[in-house]
This record gives sequence, structure tokens and C-alpha cells, in this order.
Amino acid sequence: MTKILAVDDSASMRQMVSFTLQGAGYEVVEACDGQDAFDKAKRGGVDLVLSDVNMPVMDGIALIKNLRTLPDYKFTPILMLTTESAADKKSEGKAAGATGWIVKPFNPDQLLNTIKKVLG
Amino acid sequence: MSIDLSQFHQVFFEESFEGLQVMESSLLDLDCENVDSETINSIFRAAHSIKGSSSTFGFTDVAEFTHVLETLLDQVREGSRQLQPDHVDLLLQSVDCLRGMLTALQAGAALDTEQSKILIQAFNDILDGRQPVAPGGEQALSNETPSSPPVAASQCQEEEITWHIQFVPDVNLLRTGNEPLRMFRELAEMGELEVSVNLDRIPDLAGLNPEECHLSWDLYLSTGRSRSEIEEIFEWVMDESDITITATAGLFTNIATPQAEEHELIAEPDVMGAAEAEVQNTVKPADKQAVTKPAQQNPAAKSSESTSIRVSIEKIDSLVNLVGELVITQSMLGQLGNEFDMEKLQKLQEGLAQLEHNTRELQESVMRIRMLPISFTFSRFPRMVRDLSKQLGKKIDLKLVGEQTELDKTVMEKIGDPLVHLVRNALDHGLESPAERRAAGKKETGTITLNAFHQGGNIMIEIIDDGKGLNREKILNKARTNGVIGESEVLSDEQIQELIFQPGFSTAEQVTDVSGRGVGMDVVRRNILELNGSIEVRSVEGEGSTFTIRLPLTLAILDGQLIDVGSQTFIVPLVSIVESLQPDMKLINHVAGGCDVFRLRDEYIPIIKLWEVFGVEPRSKDLADSLLVVVEAGNAKVAVVVDDLLGQQQVVIKSMETNYKKVDGISGATILGDGTVSLILDITDLIYMAGEHQQSKNGLKLISNKTRAA
Repeated sequence: MTKILAVDDSASMRQMVSFTLQGAGYEVVEACDGQDAFDKAKRGGVDLVLSDVNMPVMDGIALIKNLRTLPDYKFTPILMLTTESAADKKSEGKAAGATGWIVKPFNPDQLLNTIKKVLG
Repeated sequence: MSIDLSQFHQVFFEESFEGLQVMESSLLDLDCENVDSETINSIFRAAHSIKGSSSTFGFTDVAEFTHVLETLLDQVREGSRQLQPDHVDLLLQSVDCLRGMLTALQAGAALDTEQSKILIQAFNDILDGRQPVAPGGEQALSNETPSSPPVAASQCQEEEITWHIQFVPDVNLLRTGNEPLRMFRELAEMGELEVSVNLDRIPDLAGLNPEECHLSWDLYLSTGRSRSEIEEIFEWVMDESDITITATAGLFTNIATPQAEEHELIAEPDVMGAAEAEVQNTVKPADKQAVTKPAQQNPAAKSSESTSIRVSIEKIDSLVNLVGELVITQSMLGQLGNEFDMEKLQKLQEGLAQLEHNTRELQESVMRIRMLPISFTFSRFPRMVRDLSKQLGKKIDLKLVGEQTELDKTVMEKIGDPLVHLVRNALDHGLESPAERRAAGKKETGTITLNAFHQGGNIMIEIIDDGKGLNREKILNKARTNGVIGESEVLSDEQIQELIFQPGFSTAEQVTDVSGRGVGMDVVRRNILELNGSIEVRSVEGEGSTFTIRLPLTLAILDGQLIDVGSQTFIVPLVSIVESLQPDMKLINHVAGGCDVFRLRDEYIPIIKLWEVFGVEPRSKDLADSLLVVVEAGNAKVAVVVDDLLGQQQVVIKSMETNYKKVDGISGATILGDGTVSLILDITDLIYMAGEHQQSKNGLKLISNKTRAA
């Protein structure tokens, strides 16, 4: 089963994302900030990371940078969830090693379509 | 796949309210001169989260509003804008406004965007002062996504074009998790694709790093899709990679092509011939729905307006642990019961003691789940004090102590208003103006302390101010003018201070906007009494006042004194008992109106015969053979005649209203250890019943609770 790590500090977004992904047959691991996500990612088995950018403790950009230092996550697709207004965040995320981005607001179908693309 | 987003609304509202709370308290901490980056970051994050979620769940008005807020905060955060006190005020107003909007949305009410529009304008004015806001900002929120860039007119032609795509990816392409094959697959879905790979860039084996991508490709794609759609596929890699897309050939076609998609929201589904187009479009209507739907979704949200509570995992874990222990005890007792003989009696007693122990711990543990730190209530005060001190021109320092003290959620919700009232009073009447304080030789800045702590089975909340204290003379004069006390009457300081809890008693010389709301201390006391609590005041003139509220930790359990009247056992709440005594017949007087009064020290206390009130046959109708239990509620006392005093115990309160109906003088019922039902006396009600035909000495009206019973 494809395992997706969903990272967001907003519980409602996390729920929405998890519910959508689980409904589509993915296994979801939730994390509430970058540090939490990093710790969970280290346990391995994650096929795709979906991360918010603005988060307490460790933000999404730092998470991506840190993940890319792990051998297991060298090529793992990482999608960042950004808002349209944060254009500079996109390039920052890219520099950190993000695979792509999804703009908030998104609806469940948009989310699934993008994930399907990345997972091939 | 369609998902009902409204199922996430409740969580969204809860987290948004929490976010607003964070914003508010952080804003109050902000120092404009020296902006702390962590504080401004947490405000920004909260606003950002609300914006992101609200737009996702289709609350566009909220999203639009938070967007301008976020823009300003972002500039402050980056240091491109100096934070002004005006900004903080505006941001605080916005927090209020957002709270109102979210409350309305949660309740399923119509949204009044008038205020938010004014505030948005205010933000835009600030933002425009230096740099114009990108107009795309707001629009982007409506529902457009970057994956649908503006469509150039030339690309809307109905023709199939063969595009030549030269794709020379960055060597680090794979390290960002991007996979060229995926892109090619997507291109192949658009039309006819020819791919040829270019191996020129591959270095010698010695220099080859397998993690790098040295391949490049030439692609020929024949499709009716636009250039922007092709670019979209390369969107994530466009910047680093070398991509050139050129139209090499074109064929005019008459087939309805899928670029009808570009018309997104206005397109009628039946116009589109190509099935493919319909697939592509499935996203769009959903999108539109998300934006326009809130109005229809709200009724659903309204019905699901359940309150929830967040419980820390430790509390749950301890509960699980205790249940585990209970199961062990149960199996031990079960085994004992299977093969019991009298030799095992001691073991049985031990087992029962353990069961009692488990039960008590479990009960406490379950109660703790409903407990929240009082900071939930206290947190509203910094803002209130800030606003009021501005309004009143006073300098006030607010101290919160014991914020982590836990209290039952229901009690907490009900104590909020009385606390607000008391703090307002302290601000308005208690603390002096800076000039007055200087004259009195005090610091200009007054202090209000809110202190919460546990004492016994109660929670105590103190509201302490270092203001002028209660004015003895003023209270006395007022009481005399109102006829509450006689002209020549001498009262102790305590009695005088108690007077402020009488109905219609306000010593403020002028009714102010702040506390002159027609709600007096009597209402505060009544609200607290309804929670089985009590309130007292201690005050030293010139030094300040302390209001002390005592509340039970929970409304579900009560410390009770069991009393016997005839064959019935009643329960008196322990908090309301002043003392119990054997009456001295010399101190009992019969007064007109058929009521007896009992002189306890300097007070005359009406006697209530429970057997009369509840129609029970007593063991003796002679007062000399009975006991008196003096109970107090709302500043009035009555003596209850009982046959016997039994033990004290904790009882679980069952509502009379839900199980039977409201009975005068009874607040609830419980089941005793022997299985009998016992009624819990409602002291406030009893006093009111006694006051119906009785006034105590001093002309002091006993029926201070008349309004309550109405």
C-alpha cells in the first residue's frame, strides 16, 4: 500500500487530506509540524510527502531540506502545499528539493489528481 | 470522487477559534518598538492557517479577509514594514470581526460582511501606502489555481499543433523527486507523442554519478492542447531545466477539442463533445461548488453544532490504566465468588476495598477528562483590560496566576460572565485614575490579579485589585437611602461589605459605559450560587478589594450531608451548611404569620419545617426533640428542622427535570448505597419559600432571590 506522509499544523486540513487519501486507498501518516514529520519519516516506508509550508517548530522548507539529507528520501516525491500569495516560498521549496507544489485552496479531486501524477 | 467537506467544518471552527486566540494574545504581547520575531511569526502562522483552511472549506469571505491581514503581517515579519500601534489595533479589531464571522458561519447564520469590508479597506489603505497589493492576490483566492494560467487568444484556436519540445533537465532533477517518465506519460495522454533521447551529456563512467540526470530529450507532440497546458506538465521543473517548446506544424480541425476546458466555469457540460473534456472538467464544478456552496451547507453545520473537548493523551492513558486495574480486581472477586467459603472472608474484604479504591480513582479520572485549565477563561482578560484601560484612561497591570488550574468545562462556561463582571467592576470602580493614585501615594499603575487555585474539593478564584477598596460610608448611606437598613443600625464591616450583593445596589457615582449595565453584584452572586458556589468580598479602604469565588470542581458530584426527616433521607449540600445544633427553646420565638424564628447569636433566622414543606410524617413535631441545621445561600440563612443527622458523603446528582419534573425546594436526586432514592435540597429555593411569608430583622429583605425563582 502506498504510504503518504501528510504534514500540516491545521487539524482540519490534516483531516481533510487524510480522509481524501484514505478514501482513494492510500495509507496515511499524519504529522503536525516539520519535526514531527521528520521523526515519522525516519521510521521509513513513506512513498510520498505532502507538506504544508508555514508550521511551528520546523517549517516545511526545513523539513524538505532535512528529508533530502536522508538516503531513503533522496528521490522520494515531496509536494508542498502553499498559498498562491507565497510565490517566493515556491522557489525556496524548490531549492530545498521539493518535487512540486499544490496551491491552497485545493479540493480533494485536485489533490488526488496531482498525487496520481507524481506517483505514476 | 466526491467528498463532503462539511464534515471537517467543526474541526475547522475549533482550530480557527484557537488560532484567533493565539493571534489575540500574541498581539497583546507585541511591542511595536521591538517586534519579537517569534511572536509575529506565530500571529502570521495563525492568520495563514485560517486563510488556508477557510478557502479550502469554501468560506471565501473569511479567506479574503485573512488574506489582507496576512499580507500586512508578512511585511512586518520580513521587516519591510514597521509595525505601528494603529496596526495592532486594527489587527485586534480584525480578530474580533473574524470571530464574529466564524461564529455566524458555525451557527449557520447569514454572514454580515459589512465590517470586514471596512477593515479590508483599512488594510488595503495601509498596504497601498507603500506598495500596491498584487490584485491577483484576492482573485487567486476565489478559485483560480496557478495550474490554469491565463489563456492567450491565439491558443484558443481549434487546431491540432505538433509541438517540438526540447527538454534538457537540470542534473539534479531526480533529487527533487521529479520523474521525467511521469511527464512523458502525461504528454502521451494529450496526443501523439514521439520521444527521442539524447545521450550526448553522459560523462565517462568514472565521472558518472548515477543520482544525476544527464539525459535530455527531444519530444514531438501532436495535440489540440495549448502551449500553456504543455508548460503545466513541466511546471515544477521549468525554472532549472532548459525547455523550449516550439510549434512545428499545425492542422486545422473541426472536431470539438478539449480546450473547451479553458472556459471552465461558464462552460455548459453538454457543449463538450469530447468525453475527455468532461473528465478534465470534473474538477471545475467541484471547485465552483466549494466557493458558492457555503450558503447551502450552513444548515447542516448548524445541526451538527456539537461541542467537543480536547483531552490530553495522558488523561486517556491513565483512564485506560485504571480500567485495566478494575478488570483485574473484578476477575479476582469473580474467582473468589466462585469458590467462596468463610475462610476467604478477609480476602473478599480486601478485594472490596480494592474495588472501592479503583472506583474512586476511576471516577476522579473520568471527571478530569471534563476538566480544562482555567486559562481558557482567563485568556479573554488581557484584551479586555487593555481595551478598558484605554477607554477609562487608567494604567492597569493584569496578573494571571494559576492559569493551569483545572475546572469542569460546564462550570467554566458558566463562570465566564460573572468573572467578566467582577473584572469590569474592579477596573471601573475599584482602581483609581493615575492622578488619584499619585495623590494617595500609590504607584500610578494599578494591579488586578486573577488567581485560581484548588482548595479541598473546590476551586477558588480570587479577583484582587489594589484600588480604593469599598467605601464603608458610601455603602451605608446608600443602604439607608434605599431603606435596606434602618437609620440607626450598626453593622460590622463584614455585614457592610455583604450589602453590595443586595439587589439594586451600586455605589458608582455615575453609571459608566463600562460597568453600568444594569447588572449588579446580586446577579453575579446568583449565577455563582446556581453553580453551588459562593462569593465573598474582603476589602480594606484605600488598599483594595478581594473577591473570592468558591466553586465545586464539577456539577455532577456533590458533597452532601444526609439528614433524616421521618422515614425519608434528604441531602443538604455541604457548602451551604453553616452549623447544626440542638435548639435551645428559649431562643425560639413565634412570630405573626405562623413562622418560627430562631435567634442565633445576633441574628434571627426563620425556621423551616421540612416535614411541613414536603408532607412527611416526622418522628416528632416538637422542636425540642429535633435538630436544627442552619443553612445559608445568597446572604440569607434559614434553619431547617430535621429528625436526625446522618453521615456525609459524595453523591452523584441526577436531574429531577429530566427524570420527573421540577419540584420546589429540590435541586436533584441521588441513589444511596442501599438503593433508595434521596432528594437533594435546593437551599436557595427553600430560603425563597421561607421568605414568601417572612421578613427577617433589620427590614433586610430575605427574599433576595425572588427574581431567581421567577
